[in-house]
Amino acid sequence: MRGLYDNEMKLEFLSKSSNEAFARITVAAFASQLDPTIEEISDIKTAVSEAVTNCIIHAYEDEEGIVKVVTRLINNVVEIEISDSGKGIENIELARKPLYTTKSNLERSGMGFTIMESFMDEVNINSVVGIGTKITMKKAIKKEEVQETISEEKNTKLIV
Amino acid sequence: MKSEYKELDNLLILKITEEIDHHTTEKIRRKMDNEITRYMPRKILLDFNEVSFMDSAGIGLLIGRYKTSRLIGGTMEIVNATPAVKKVLEMSGVTRIIKITEGQKIV
Ligand SMILES: Nc1ncnc2c1ncn2[C@@H]1O[C@H](COP(=O)(O)OP(=O)(O)OP(=O)(O)O)[C@@H](O)[C@H]1O
Ligand SMILES: [Mg+2]
Repeated sequence: MRGLYDNEMKLEFLSKSSNEAFARITVAAFASQLDPTIEEISDIKTAVSEAVTNCIIHAYEDEEGIVKVVTRLINNVVEIEISDSGKGIENIELARKPLYTTKSNLERSGMGFTIMESFMDEVNINSVVGIGTKITMKKAIKKEEVQETISEEKNTKLIV
Repeated sequence: MKSEYKELDNLLILKITEEIDHHTTEKIRRKMDNEITRYMPRKILLDFNEVSFMDSAGIGLLIGRYKTSRLIGGTMEIVNATPAVKKVLEMSGVTRIIKITEGQKIV
């Protein structure tokens, strides 16, 4: 029986900053099944790094908690869910705004959500204060028209 | 991070050699601040040739160091930014205050 998704993977790890690189590299490696460009892969890495870092710094602050990452491939779309059971976001509207940060003392720029929104096609935020936050992001991997050009080139070469 | 100070030009070149995220910034920040306060340079060049990844943690780091360089009356420039890093720098507006110069081989 075929599932709802073409492929799916789940990660769970402790909210340690050393896991930020692990999470983004793992999601990128999984998404590479869709044959993305280098730019698409680095967009995904950056967005994952932003969401995972937010769980570590904002959701759990000095405590240790679990960060969950689910990645699904549906046709040519990568869907990534990043969630925590931390403190939650009081005002989501405000949190999305560029330069808005509740931790300016730690040299945060408040650009995390802005980067996620500009690097992914869709970003949804679900959050309940005291319960946790779930970020769902989607990005379509564009099928390139380059293939045609390549085959044309091949034909030319064959003729020559 | 590697650093090089050119006394004649009062120029400090800082070459960052790791990915810049929340996990790595604290160490990088400490090293940068050490070098900056040690030499008090007129000009700081940040060589990003070996930085393959940077997220918003890097934006905070750069803006912080930019403020320090202004305080000591100096300037700051980024050279050799890779495409992925450049995209983050441009979209976040950092390039409006810190100039990116292309294609220079310095260190
Ligand atoms: N998982 C989360 N749990 C609780 N609060 C969050 C979470 N993610 C974001 N926030 C809140 O939303 C604000 C904006 O997040 P955003 O990522 O845009 O900026 P930042 O993390 O403060 O700074 P930067 O990402 O530039 O380092 C945060 O300052 C924080 O208050
Ligand atoms: Mg953030």
